[in-house]
Amino acid sequence: MGLDFSVIPKYLDVILLGALWTIAITVAAALLSFIGGILFAVIALYAPRAIRLPFRAFEWLFMGTPLLLQLFLIYFGLVQIGIDLPAFVAGVIGLGLHFAVYNSELIQTAIVAVDRGQMEAARTLGLSRGEALRKVVVPQAVRDVIPPIGNNMIALLKDSALVSVIGVGELTLSAQLAIGRTYRPFEFYVLAAVFYYVINLGMEAVLRRVERRVQASR
Amino acid sequence: MTDQKPFVDIRHAQKSYGTLEVLKDISLQVQRGQIVAIIGPSGSGKSTLLRAINDLDPLTGGEVWLEDTQVNKKLPHRQYEKHINQVRQDIGMVFQHFNLFPHLTVRDNIKLAPKLLKGLSDAEADKLAEEQLEKVGMLERIDYYPSRLSGGQKQRVAIARALAMKPKVMLFDEATSALDPELVEEVNLVMKKLAEEHMTMIIVTHEMGFAESVCDRVLFMDQGVVVEEGPPEVIFRNPSNERTRNFLRKHLATANK
Repeated sequence: MGLDFSVIPKYLDVILLGALWTIAITVAAALLSFIGGILFAVIALYAPRAIRLPFRAFEWLFMGTPLLLQLFLIYFGLVQIGIDLPAFVAGVIGLGLHFAVYNSELIQTAIVAVDRGQMEAARTLGLSRGEALRKVVVPQAVRDVIPPIGNNMIALLKDSALVSVIGVGELTLSAQLAIGRTYRPFEFYVLAAVFYYVINLGMEAVLRRVERRVQASR
Repeated sequence: MTDQKPFVDIRHAQKSYGTLEVLKDISLQVQRGQIVAIIGPSGSGKSTLLRAINDLDPLTGGEVWLEDTQVNKKLPHRQYEKHINQVRQDIGMVFQHFNLFPHLTVRDNIKLAPKLLKGLSDAEADKLAEEQLEKVGMLERIDYYPSRLSGGQKQRVAIARALAMKPKVMLFDEATSALDPELVEEVNLVMKKLAEEHMTMIIVTHEMGFAESVCDRVLFMDQGVVVEEGPPEVIFRNPSNERTRNFLRKHLATANK
């Protein structure tokens, strides 16, 4: 049968739209995972026991089970208890929380590693513990883990392909759609791979810029 | 003068870690505008005493007063936090290792607390930062990050940061101990300037020459007690206690090496 890339132009708009959805879901989930990661890290380290222990269980749920299962649970499972989320929202929440837990682990380690003198200096000026964490300790911790968080964000982009199974029309699902019409899996999977790679390059460029800005204070 | 109420009043300070007693019933009265140096070998409890004044290392017994406020008064946790955050605004502290916030520029290091705690506008805080930096001779580095400053410059910024809260008293915890010898003088000059402006200061130091030239009173501490105290010319030139004499002799011997 051979390869025939000439079928691609006809479906390029479908694939492009899929790529846009992939970018949208990745950016939304990345933001959620970043903010959630900071929040989870502070809860894990400083919340009272009554909050910390249930939180551990929640963390285990997201670290110890497959992301695919988590997406099924959020999209199909929650309907039974009356929470009917659109596929895109379910995808963002699933990906976002999953990676928030991983980011939280990084940020926790970094918070603990911030010099004790920083908290002391802030408290001495009259800042409360919460203010000192928010303005002095956490920003430094986050700054220290920008590169590994960036790695998590690249992983998030790649894992965003999983949300195709709950019907979000992102890149992988769009490729499958085109394949269903043309029976040309090789061509369209390669095309999707190229798109993932290009988006990846774009993300790395953004991350490098962020890292450079952060470097200014070192 | 003697019946004047002390500005900083430490009454029967006691501190122990388990069975180890690091402060044994220490009392210290400092008048407004007075400059007191605390000297002594490491492990003598001098830093612990200093850090008890703003409750960074809480005492296990005794009281600390600043004017009419008891710093370490007994309150339920929540109320105590509110109280101590308020009191600490009046007590400036300078650390051995500067503890500048590395993620903020010099300007933002100084603006942070006044904006957050005193509700200053951005413009007011900018003006305040410029004034304080001018005072310590660091205005031209206002937009630098701390990582690009020398140790002496960092410490001058740290002093400006503390002064920006308009404290009633300044505590110096070995402010020049971590500096290269050639950088000590610039920090000492700033501290002298503060002394001339009659800032009340309590200084833990190993710089005997500086203590002698600037301070009104010197305390010699050893093993958690004040062994001897008095005017610097007496403590340094004519100490009555054997332990003080030994300490000063050893210290001068190593300092002159």
